Amino acid sequence: MSALRRSSPESGSHAGSGAFGRFAPMLYRPLASPLHATRAGIAALWALSLMTGALLLYHPLALAALIAAILLAGYGAGVGRELARALRTALIIGLPIVLVNVLVSREGLTVFARLGDLGPFGQGNLTVEALAYGGVIALKVTVLVLITALASLAIDPDALLRICRRLSFRSALTTSLAVRMLPLLAADAQRLAEAQRTRPDGAPRGARARAALLGAVVAGSLDRAMDVAATLEVRGFATAGRAPRQQRPWSRHDLAFLVSAVAVLALALLGRLTGVAAFTSYPLLHVPFGVGLLVLCAALALSVLLPFADRRGIEL
Amino acid sequence: MSGAILSFEGVTYSYPGVQRAALDDVSFELEPGEFCLLAGLSGHGKSTLLRAACGLVPHFHGGSFAGRVRLAGLDTREHGPARLGTLAGALFQDPETQLVMSSVRSELALAQESRGQSAAAVARGVEEVALALGIDHLLDRPTHQLSGGEQQRVALGAALAGRPRVLLLDEPTSQLDPVAGDELIALLRRLNQESDTAILLAEHRLERCLSSADRVIAVRDGRIAHDGAPREFLEWAAGAEPALQTPGAKLFALAGLSPPPVGVKQARATLRRRGLLGEDASGGVGIGASGAAGGMRGAGDEDARGAPEVVRVAGPAARVRARVRARGGAALEVRHVWHEIPRGPAILRGVDLRVEPGESIALMGRNGAGKSTLLRHAAGLLAPTRGRIESSGRVALLLQNPGDYFLHDRLDREASPPALARAGLRGLEDRNPRDLSGGERQRLALAIVTDGEQDPAVLALDEPTRGMDRLAKAELAAHLQTRTQSGQAVIVATHDPEFACACATRAILLAEGRVIADGPTAELLAGGWYFATETARILGGAAGALAPESGAELLAARAATTATPLEAIG
Repeated sequence: MSALRRSSPESGSHAGSGAFGRFAPMLYRPLASPLHATRAGIAALWALSLMTGALLLYHPLALAALIAAILLAGYGAGVGRELARALRTALIIGLPIVLVNVLVSREGLTVFARLGDLGPFGQGNLTVEALAYGGVIALKVTVLVLITALASLAIDPDALLRICRRLSFRSALTTSLAVRMLPLLAADAQRLAEAQRTRPDGAPRGARARAALLGAVVAGSLDRAMDVAATLEVRGFATAGRAPRQQRPWSRHDLAFLVSAVAVLALALLGRLTGVAAFTSYPLLHVPFGVGLLVLCAALALSVLLPFADRRGIEL
Repeated sequence: MSGAILSFEGVTYSYPGVQRAALDDVSFELEPGEFCLLAGLSGHGKSTLLRAACGLVPHFHGGSFAGRVRLAGLDTREHGPARLGTLAGALFQDPETQLVMSSVRSELALAQESRGQSAAAVARGVEEVALALGIDHLLDRPTHQLSGGEQQRVALGAALAGRPRVLLLDEPTSQLDPVAGDELIALLRRLNQESDTAILLAEHRLERCLSSADRVIAVRDGRIAHDGAPREFLEWAAGAEPALQTPGAKLFALAGLSPPPVGVKQARATLRRRGLLGEDASGGVGIGASGAAGGMRGAGDEDARGAPEVVRVAGPAARVRARVRARGGAALEVRHVWHEIPRGPAILRGVDLRVEPGESIALMGRNGAGKSTLLRHAAGLLAPTRGRIESSGRVALLLQNPGDYFLHDRLDREASPPALARAGLRGLEDRNPRDLSGGERQRLALAIVTDGEQDPAVLALDEPTRGMDRLAKAELAAHLQTRTQSGQAVIVATHDPEFACACATRAILLAEGRVIADGPTAELLAGGWYFATETARILGGAAGALAPESGAELLAARAATTATPLEAIG
C-alpha cells in the first residue's frame, strides 16, 4: 500500500480549522453568578460606572486596582478564563499605544533616548513623561476592554435589548439579530473555507479567488437573511409595537450592584476632585502616593467585588 | 359558509421573473383539527403552497397571484403574514434561520411581544408552550448552544406560542437525525390530538408520518394531483407517482398484496393475519441477534473503562471482504485513531477501519457519534491526536452543504467538462450553480471534489441526502454504484437507512466515537429499531431483507411454502 498520508501521534494536532471549535466568540451564556443573576439594566449600569471611573481616573495605581478588581470579578462571574484572554487582547492594543505616544509626544522634559533628527518629525527625543502617559492610556484601554468583555459575557443581550425595545422595537430587534447572526456568519465562513479545502487542488488562491470566496459568503448570508426575514414576517414583525414593561421584583443582587455602581462612580469623582488620585504627566512626571490613594484604591476594589460575595439565590 | 380553517380557491401563482406557475389552479379545504400531509417531489410546489397559506406568498415573495386563500375567514390578499401569523404558525426546514433571538425564553416571547401582549400574558404563553413541548429545561439556554433537534423544537414552540389554529410545516425533519425527527412527528401528533390544531405538513419521508395523517394531498407540477385518505393516496401513488410510495407500500405492491399498509403496525397485522409474517419475524436478525448467532467479538477488551463491544457480523460479504483483505491493497486504513479536543471530550476513541477498493460503506449513528469527524480525518481536514491513517490515493470528501462549494456563476467554471459529464450535468454548463435543483447541486459538488487528473481512491460523503426526495436519492445511489464499480471506495455518513441500503454493502455503527457494530448492510440494518429500513421493520429483519424487492421475494417464498399464491391472498 502506498501511503499518501501518514499521521502519527507526534503530529497530533488539528490539520485545519473546520467547524471544531476554533471560533470562540465572547458570547453571553447563563451561569450561576451574582452578576448573571442581576437584571440586565442594573448590570449594564454597573459596567458603565466602571468605564466612567476608568475615564475619570488617571493615577496608574487606581487604574491597576480597577483592572485587578475586574479580573477578580470575572472569576467571581465564572468567566475568568475568557477575561484572561481579553487581557491579552488589551495588552496587544496597549503596547502600540505606548510606543506611538513615546515616538510622537514632544511634551515631556525627561529625555531617556535621543534618536537624532527625524526630518519632518523634528528631534526624536524619547521622554519618560510620554512613556508614562502612554502607559496610563494603555491602562485605561485595558479597563475598557475588560469591562466590555465582562459585560458581553455576563449580561443577557436579549434582556438588555428588551429594555431598548420599549423605545424602538425595530432598531432593538435589528441589533438583536446582528448579535445572533454574527456567530452564524462566522460559522458559515468557516464551513465555506473548509469546503474549499476539500477541492482536489486545495482552496483557491489569489485575489480573484478570494473575491469569489467573499462573494459566496455574501451570497450565503443573503440567502440566510431572506429566510430570517420570512421568519420575522410570520412572527408579526410588521405590526410590532412597544414591548411590554416587565414587572420583576428587585433582587438582593440588583440592589448590591446598584449600590456598587454608585459607590464606584462616587469614589472616582472623589479621587478626581479631591486630588487624592492626582496624576500629572507633562511637562514633568508627578505621581503622588499616599494613604489617601491606597484607601481609595482599596475602596474601589471592594466596591467592585463586594456584590460577588453574596452568592445566595444564583443557581441556574 | 364553509367551516374550513384554511381554503384555497383556484390559486395560481408565479414567482417574480418566472414564467412557469409554481401553483396552478390549486383548490382544497382544510378542516379544523385535521392532520394533512403534503406529498410531492422537490420543486413541485409544496413549499410555495405552505407560503401561500401563511401569506408570505404573495406579500413577501411578490410575483403574480390569482385566486383566493382564506385563513380562518381572512383573505390573504388583504391581510399580511404578520396578521395571519396569529392564526397560523409556520415552521420551515432550517432551524438555524428560524431562531432570531439569543436565548430560548426570548425566542418564545418574541412573537407575543411583537403582537403587543401584556408582560403577564407573554410570561404565561412562554411557560405553557415550554411545558407543552417539553423544552422548559432549555428556557435559559442560548440558542446557539442548542442541537438541531432542540432548535427545531424551540422554533416549533415559537410558532405555537400565540396558540395558532393551523400549523404549517415545511419538511421540519429534513435537517434532523431519525431520533429527533421521530420525536418531532410524535410531538405534532400529540398537539393535533390534544389541542385540535390543524396541521399541514410537507414531508419527503412519508413512512414516518403517514400513520398519523387523516389525509394526504399530492402536489405535482404545482397542481393537486391527488387528495384523499392515506390508503387511497398509496393506491394512487402505486400507479401515478411510484416515487412517492412508501417502502412498505412498495413491498406490498411487489408482493401482490393489497391494500397498501399505512405504517409498519398495519403491515405486520396484515401479514400476520395472512400467515406471512413467519415464525422468526418477531426476533429478526438484529444486531444482538446477529451477534449471538454469528459469534460476537469484543474489540475493546483492553480498554479498562469498559468500551462497548464491537459486533462483527460475519455474512457472505464479510467473507468476500476477508479474501480481498488477504490480498492487501486497502483503499483506506484507519488505525486506532483518536480525536481529542483540548479541554474537551474525545470525539473519536480508537477507531479502526479498513476500506477495500470498490467497497461501499454506510457510516451510521446518532448525531455526535463521530461520523463527520471520522470522514474529516479520512480526507485530511483533521489530523488524529493519536493513531494513523493511510490511503492508497486521494480521499475526496463531499461535505453536507453542496452550496458551500460554489464560487462561480457558471457550472463550467466550477468543474472540468469530463467531471461534469460524469456527474450527469452535460448540457448545463452555462447555468448558474445556485439555480440547480437539490439533486443537481449535490452532483455538481461531487463533480468539484472528484475533479482532477486522477480519480480519488476513496469518495466520502457526509449526509448527502438531506432534504432530497426519493427520486434524487435513487439517482445518487445509482451514481455511487458506478463509482464503486470503477474501483473507488465509497463511504457515506447517513441517517437514512433506506439510502444506506441502496448504496452500501457494508454498514458501520458508531456511538460515542467508537465502532460498535460492523457488518454487511443486509444483516446490520435488518433487526434494528432506528437503524433499520421500513421493509426490515415490517418483516422483523427476516433473511436480511432490507429493500422492498428482497422483501417481496421473501414473501413470495413464504407464500409458496404455504402453497397459497400471493394474488389469492391479496
